[in-house]
Amino acid sequence: MSTGSDRDNILGAIRQSLGRPALTADAQKGLDEHIATHRSNLVPARGQGGHEALVQRFQEMAVAAACTVVVVADEAAVPGAVADYLRGNNLPTQVILAPDDWLTGLNWDGQSLLETKTGAAGIDDLVSVTPAFAGVAETGTLVALSGPKHPTTLNFVPDNHVVALRASQVVGAYEEVWARLREANQISGKEGGGFTMPRNINMITGPSRTADIALTIELGAHGPRNLHIVLIDD
Amino acid sequence: MEFMQPGAFKKNANRAMADRDLRSAMAMLNAGMIPNRQGAVDRLPEFEQLSRRGRELKDHVLVYLDFYLERFERNCEASGGHVHWCATPEDARRAVLKICQSVDAKSVTKGKSMIAEEIHLNTFLEQHDIEPVETDLGEYIIQLAEEPPSHIIGPAIHKTKDQVSDLFLKHHAVLGRTERQTDPQKMVNEAREILRQKYFDADVGITGANYLIAETGSSIIVTNEGNGDLTQTLPKIHIVVASLEKVVPTLEDATTFLRILARSATGQEFSAYTTVSTGARRDDDVDGPGEYHVILLDNGRSAMLGSEVQDMLRCIRCGACMNHCPVYQSIGGHSYGTVYVGPMGAVLSPALLGVAEIKHLPCASTLCGRCEEVCPVSIPLPRLLRQWRQRAFEAGVVPNVERWALSVWAFFAKRPWLYGLGARLAMRGLAYLGRKEGRMRKLWFAGGWTQGRDLPAPEGETFQARWRKQQRKKVMG
Repeated sequence: MSTGSDRDNILGAIRQSLGRPALTADAQKGLDEHIATHRSNLVPARGQGGHEALVQRFQEMAVAAACTVVVVADEAAVPGAVADYLRGNNLPTQVILAPDDWLTGLNWDGQSLLETKTGAAGIDDLVSVTPAFAGVAETGTLVALSGPKHPTTLNFVPDNHVVALRASQVVGAYEEVWARLREANQISGKEGGGFTMPRNINMITGPSRTADIALTIELGAHGPRNLHIVLIDD
Repeated sequence: MEFMQPGAFKKNANRAMADRDLRSAMAMLNAGMIPNRQGAVDRLPEFEQLSRRGRELKDHVLVYLDFYLERFERNCEASGGHVHWCATPEDARRAVLKICQSVDAKSVTKGKSMIAEEIHLNTFLEQHDIEPVETDLGEYIIQLAEEPPSHIIGPAIHKTKDQVSDLFLKHHAVLGRTERQTDPQKMVNEAREILRQKYFDADVGITGANYLIAETGSSIIVTNEGNGDLTQTLPKIHIVVASLEKVVPTLEDATTFLRILARSATGQEFSAYTTVSTGARRDDDVDGPGEYHVILLDNGRSAMLGSEVQDMLRCIRCGACMNHCPVYQSIGGHSYGTVYVGPMGAVLSPALLGVAEIKHLPCASTLCGRCEEVCPVSIPLPRLLRQWRQRAFEAGVVPNVERWALSVWAFFAKRPWLYGLGARLAMRGLAYLGRKEGRMRKLWFAGGWTQGRDLPAPEGETFQARWRKQQRKKVMG
């Protein structure tokens, strides 16, 4: 069983192999600074550029990863776009929404076709609609942070996942997501810029897939078969 | 199990080469994985630079491994997680079992984890009346077949579609699926539908970790199917099994590896799901596990530090080395008889199990160097293989025939005039024997070698004689 001595034995074995004792306070301080400054390493050129170009790249990369994307003029058009997508693809019209104030505040009642509810996803839920924290241009990746208003199950359990993303949420590279996360989850008053992590950060690039049967790529292995992005041109 | 006998490498390899199904499965690997990786690498001009940075980062972490593990532990526990330090596979199995028993677990879902394979977790859980359910499709297939993985990222890569069809029919018929499916999409669907309820019924979900982040105390998994996420989100407890060297300093540092991992592994720009998990569900979350445990496994890693095989600890488990290895492509993963296979397995396994156990593995390579070329963190695999060969020789675990042959060779090699004379005589002898057809169909003492090919009869002079002549010409010219 894991005990304090197991811990000390393993750390001791590491230090013995490295041929040195535990680091001095000074040496630790230097490494703690490396962590605290969390400097970005090389960011590829494709993750940089003007916002318009990045939004364009985000769409292209998402489509290349087998997402479907529709652009709408404003957020009021989201419920209609969701209804159109479901109807157009012969998908179920019972929809589970993330209990997110912005999302649930949209005019869902105006869509007589849709039957909506909110919460975490259960085994019978077939369509979810969620907001996202960000979209990343370099690979067409959506980023979702878990929380009371953003249950993780909505991203994985339903067969069809629709994400409403504002174009202003699109960034170039993953590093910008970490920066926004640190900013948004700042622990107030903590020295050194501490921040809290959500239970999950889900980076989602296209629908679920597998190549485990004879290396043939098939979509919808365990997670969503379809990932549809409603991109709001704000 | 028959498969897991590293000592039987030669027998395994011979059997594998005669296996038509295996050859057809491996041919697909060759045709798919190699161009896919190259395409992804070509599309990202910064790939080489990112690779170099990745290598530097890993080397940095290894030098301060104790520090980063302590920071990981501190931050993991600060966010409500629990860290279990385990020196041996037995310690790790016991730690997992204790957590499972704390909620009286009957069923455990599992995401793909090589560490779980390394500690042979499934058999152990079964012995304690806990049902382990593999949810990665490849792992699910080999669990049904009762076989070990044959590839670190595509565990069922040795199976043809037909074999999977048969396997599904055999195991799914009792569940009312009596039709033999041959369309991969329908087969994937069938497995999906069967596993769906299991996610919701499981008491504990176990995943591996591609990275542990010291800064935040988080673990990261990278998957394509979404099974790892269902596995870690739906049960009461999420257990992560990870080895010590998985720790990286920050989110930014992990990001550098994420950019090279999928490209090297499957040739994707990014895998479908990259998930960062930190602690248990928060108080007002509406889903997620109630507990989060990280099993930190040593099992020989601490001893690799500072040794000549330390470089192996940089490995990010992308599988590019095996995808590009001509030996792996010919014999498949099971021939190796170890959990880790291919070039990385031939280097890592002796470190984990002892060189005496698996003396053949370091020789399961032509040292052609493709593995090192495609390794995203530049592990000098051929050099490390040679080091193990030397260790095996020193430890006296090399068979007598080989030792005898080597010492005969060494006797001549140390006496150049005798070597030259011997070479001239041998060449004339061979030329005489093969004079009729210009080649030999059979060689004494090397019948195996000529079984599949002929030896051309030597012509003219020995290499050394020619070389000397050419050098003289150069000097004169």
